[in-house]
Amino acid sequence: MKALTKFMDSFGAILLAIIWIAPLLFAFWAATHSTSDAVNLNLFSPWTLENFRVAWAGAPWLKYFINTFLLVTVILIGQFFLTTLAGFAFAQLQFPGKDYVFILVLMQLFILPEVLIVENYAMISRLGLFDTILGVGMPYMASAFGIFLMRQAFKGVPIELHEAARIEGCGLLGILWRVYVPLAKPTYLAYALVSVSTHWNNFLWPLIVTNSPDTRPLTVGLSIFGAPENGVDISIISAATLMSVAPLLIAFLIFQRQFVQAFLRAGIK
Amino acid sequence: MSAHANLERRRQAIYGWLLLSPAAVLLTLFAFYPSVATLWSSMFSRGTRRKPTEFVGTENYSDLFADPTFWIVVKNNLLYAGITIPVSIFIALSMALWANGKIRARGFVRTAYFTPTVLPMIAAANLWLFFYTPGLGVLDQIGSLFGLPSVNWLGQPETALWAIIIVTIWKEAGFFMIFYLAALQTIPEDLKEAADIEGASRWTYTRRIVLPLLMPTTLFIAVNAMINSVKLIDHLFILTKGGPSDASKLILYYIWEMAFAFFDAPSAAAMTIMVIAVLGIVAAVQFFYLDKRTHYQ
Repeated sequence: MKALTKFMDSFGAILLAIIWIAPLLFAFWAATHSTSDAVNLNLFSPWTLENFRVAWAGAPWLKYFINTFLLVTVILIGQFFLTTLAGFAFAQLQFPGKDYVFILVLMQLFILPEVLIVENYAMISRLGLFDTILGVGMPYMASAFGIFLMRQAFKGVPIELHEAARIEGCGLLGILWRVYVPLAKPTYLAYALVSVSTHWNNFLWPLIVTNSPDTRPLTVGLSIFGAPENGVDISIISAATLMSVAPLLIAFLIFQRQFVQAFLRAGIK
Repeated sequence: MSAHANLERRRQAIYGWLLLSPAAVLLTLFAFYPSVATLWSSMFSRGTRRKPTEFVGTENYSDLFADPTFWIVVKNNLLYAGITIPVSIFIALSMALWANGKIRARGFVRTAYFTPTVLPMIAAANLWLFFYTPGLGVLDQIGSLFGLPSVNWLGQPETALWAIIIVTIWKEAGFFMIFYLAALQTIPEDLKEAADIEGASRWTYTRRIVLPLLMPTTLFIAVNAMINSVKLIDHLFILTKGGPSDASKLILYYIWEMAFAFFDAPSAAAMTIMVIAVLGIVAAVQFFYLDKRTHYQ
């Protein structure tokens, strides 16, 4: 009886796992076979890399990769800078009005940037940042989520270390840089993984504020490439899709534990 | 002494505001000001070449309420939320219970569950396109083995929204699983032993001990799933574009369409305000009500 339930558990879990990665496996199958072999699920048909070659030649992918890479880097640098300063102010400094401002910041957690696309678009145009990578990244830099995360991390730093550094003659910014930032390294790492994978995958906002191959990130490029008007077939779309998710997917498979820990740390605190 | 304390307080205030200012500027530019500006522009008419914009009060709102498409979209989004939230929570919980148990191939199982989380929604949509394509798609191929007729999953109003819902559940369940996994690992072993000694069945143990202890996690996940049911619309751009005849159109997609395809910014603004109001209510309920009721110690 016990052996049976145990078997059923393994069976159910593995069945669900297979269903869960089936779309990815089928895409891999389609990308490595000719279109007719792929749709007929012809199991003994020859493998080919032709689809990748055609897909790669069909759009400026290298440019898209570079754009996405620049975009996530710009956002991450901006977020680290802004959330470190603000998180430190909220965690360790006393000043009038702090609590009210903190509530305002928390409100932004629920006013999703996605919802404000119309006015944010107007703002980006006003600032002359339309169709620039900075324009795509800017609305995400002062992340309320990041500020909250950093505040929590800095609150956990023992006050004795702060005092010791002060007695040694360290200024406030020096203390932040030499004491708090090094101690919050795991939080930075977690935040970086969450931020990079979020913005690598972001679509709607970049779709709105980019208008040329010079700024377009991978997701937008992929959606244009796969649009039905272009008439590309399923094997080539699959190849392009796999190409564009490959860096993040490979990174995830290698650093799986860190990824999961990062999402947990970011979600629970 | 008090003069010194005073000086210190002033110093902290100056530093505090200085450190906050970069974030405050950006938050004002991209969150607070746009929210107010959206509210403001939702009360003005859409300007045309001949007629400049003018103040119309709540007219944009009443126009929306009179727009049948708006109600279809609201209904779609309610169904979208009503299905994706409970189903992905249920699947996430099952995944976590399995992935936490002593099963075969646990590493593979966990990886398989979590992988969709790291894919962009656009890529996910492309993967699923291969499943849904009529005639050639995997679903139809499987169906034809059993003699079922070809179904245009994305092209007919009865199934389009369901096809969208399945992709969303597939995308988010694995993400929610890891929060359950973490919570499961904090449940002490003795509880399981005590339940075994008392002769409680596995079902009783799960229902009476595990599920109540997971309640705070469930609420955290539910709030996230609710936000996702507004936010996760990228796959519409690939799979259905909201069609056929608005059958799979969701609110955020409609806002985008209003603003950037029909150039009707005031209507988009009015809808945005309503979404913000709903999100605000969710936030308020979470802060003031649920947080108090889910702590057991």
